[in-house]
Amino acid sequence: MMDTKRTTFNNKLLPYLLLAPQLIITLVFFIWPAAQAVKSSVEREDPFGFSTVFVGLTHYKRLFADPSYLDSLLRTGVFAVAVTLLSMGLGLAFAAAVDRLTRTSRIYTTLLVWPYAVAPVIAGVLWFFLFNTSTGILPFFLSQFGINWNHDLNGTHAMILIIIAAAWKQVSYNFLFFLAGLQSVPHALMEAGAIDGAGPVKRFFTIALPLLSPTTFFLFIINVNYAMFDTFPIVDATTNGGPAQSTNIMVYKVYQDGFLGLNLGSSSAQSVLLMLIVMVLTFVQFRYVERRVQY
Amino acid sequence: MMKKLVLAAAAVALSATTSLAATEVTWWHAMGGELGKKLEEVAQKFNESQSEYKVVPTYKGTYPETLNAAIAAFRAKQQPAIVQVFEVGTGTMMAAKGAVYPVYKLMADQGEAFDTKSFLAPVTGYYSDTEGNILSLPFNSSTPIMYYNKDVFKKAGLDPEVAPKTWKEVEEFSKKIVTSGAAKCGFTSAWITWVQTENLSAIHDKPFGSLENGFGGFDTKFEFNGDLQVKHWANLKKWQDEGLFKYGGPVGGDQAATMFYAQECAITMNSSAGRAGVINNAKNFTPGFAPLPYYDDETKEPKNSIIGGATLWVLNGKDDATYKGVAKFFSYLSKPEVQADWHQFTGYLPITNAAYELGQSQGYYEKNPGSDVSIKQILRGTPSANSKGVRFGNFAQVRTVVDEEFQSLLSGQKDAKQALDAAVERGNTILREFQAAN
Repeated sequence: MMDTKRTTFNNKLLPYLLLAPQLIITLVFFIWPAAQAVKSSVEREDPFGFSTVFVGLTHYKRLFADPSYLDSLLRTGVFAVAVTLLSMGLGLAFAAAVDRLTRTSRIYTTLLVWPYAVAPVIAGVLWFFLFNTSTGILPFFLSQFGINWNHDLNGTHAMILIIIAAAWKQVSYNFLFFLAGLQSVPHALMEAGAIDGAGPVKRFFTIALPLLSPTTFFLFIINVNYAMFDTFPIVDATTNGGPAQSTNIMVYKVYQDGFLGLNLGSSSAQSVLLMLIVMVLTFVQFRYVERRVQY
Repeated sequence: MMKKLVLAAAAVALSATTSLAATEVTWWHAMGGELGKKLEEVAQKFNESQSEYKVVPTYKGTYPETLNAAIAAFRAKQQPAIVQVFEVGTGTMMAAKGAVYPVYKLMADQGEAFDTKSFLAPVTGYYSDTEGNILSLPFNSSTPIMYYNKDVFKKAGLDPEVAPKTWKEVEEFSKKIVTSGAAKCGFTSAWITWVQTENLSAIHDKPFGSLENGFGGFDTKFEFNGDLQVKHWANLKKWQDEGLFKYGGPVGGDQAATMFYAQECAITMNSSAGRAGVINNAKNFTPGFAPLPYYDDETKEPKNSIIGGATLWVLNGKDDATYKGVAKFFSYLSKPEVQADWHQFTGYLPITNAAYELGQSQGYYEKNPGSDVSIKQILRGTPSANSKGVRFGNFAQVRTVVDEEFQSLLSGQKDAKQALDAAVERGNTILREFQAAN
């Protein structure tokens, strides 16, 4: 082993001091609220906070006995998978396309990144207008093909609407990372492939894609988290969880029960469960999926 | 020289204290757009009418957002003196005894005249406790009415001056309108829960829930899955399938107004406070106003409709000077001329008898035909236990449930009976949760 020069600090306090800003931020903005959520999930409290009773796991038991909650779990799963696949698939496709361009790649990159600058709620409103059942342009086109678009009543239509809106916003992000990933694929490898007679498609799938796996893995986690947590404004601006709860994904239900229904205990229990699910998912991804990733 | 300076300084200090002395009364409200401007004008005029108090209105978003903001602020001890709470939040506010300073008590403590009888009975009934004390000041109360498109009626060969009175007529007229091609749909409705379920029950003198629709206590159960409601929901589904009725969406049903303005639907049912919007948006047609329809085989004398809208609640934890200001402001708000002005501008009901009479003596209702449809509808007959209103805890959640079940009905997943049974069952679970928490 090579002998490296090391500076040693004898002050035991210094490392903690240097870490303090980050620790304080994590404590105040993450650990503390999370602890509060756990606390109120085992209590029953009136909205104004006059009477607080410890109820143990009642809220959790109720949730798992409630078919509409189990339904919401399932819908969240469908939604998260669809959004992740769609936004990553499109992001990769665009990145692969732009990567092959030489002169116009900058223009396309700029244009493709734009949607990321749009706030989720605006993205929701945008698609809401496009799909508006009485004034939107897309239902008008769809009706030419005999499709009667009605996300106010048709749960499947409503789900498609929020998936498209949520995925559209995330495509830019995925595109940027994939493009950067593709551009860091060594040219020598690609050229070697070309000399060996592999066409562009074959080169993409056998050389570029495997080398992209760290990026793909990273984006996968980010996208699942995005679909689970950050899509609230999109649902709020388009379907409000309807019709008949068909787009009531977990993060929206937390809001609906807590902020609209003022049922704080149940809402807290739901947010704790949501947090647990994402923790487990991330753990599984790091534990099992990462092993297959080549850095 | 020195003396002059001291005097000047004293004068400055004195004038500063007088201007600082105006006690601020914070008022959180949920009135956006035109209504918000009008509300600010009301506060402004009060501030100009005296110098001791300054009412500061702040727009806090939608009704649920405003209520939530007030609750969060109360827990953080940063609450406003006055908060505007919609009728759905009434149960929640009434249960929060420690947070609320009842208006009747406030007015008595501050020695302001406050006569319960001067208010319209259905309005006070909705916001009083079981002893008849008004807990919050009625401010903007509305009731649903029917709006129709006179031009489309004419095109369909109907008399534009005759609105459908009964649901049977609504069906007949709608058929004529659709088959003649005068409009794509006969009727639509905003607020399915409020208009087509709560008000439907009240008008036909049918209970919405036990214990006088929840006025009698927290141990109440929903009963809106009776024959009448099942029949009506089944009809709505049938009419939807026949193309006579079009769904306007959940909660407030925003699409209903859009479809009515676009002349896609000839009739809509919506809050009387939608009147200003209808007049502004009905550019290419003449709108008509009429009471809500009823089933003439169920009742010969429809009862009064029930109200919606919001009231002003006073929150605990402020000093006496602030409450004095609140009381003065409430007295000002209850003045006939202030009330009449607000009512005539917005389409909300006049809250006091005097404001209604003032409007009559001004000839306002003759000059603006249809503007008193809501008042007449709310004042007709003697209110019964079923038409006094509805009062349930966590009612916002229940309304969501009713909306969801209505959507299951329209999309064909459930029939009317199944949908209403499910709504009642899920609603009761929510009520028990509320009962346990309070």
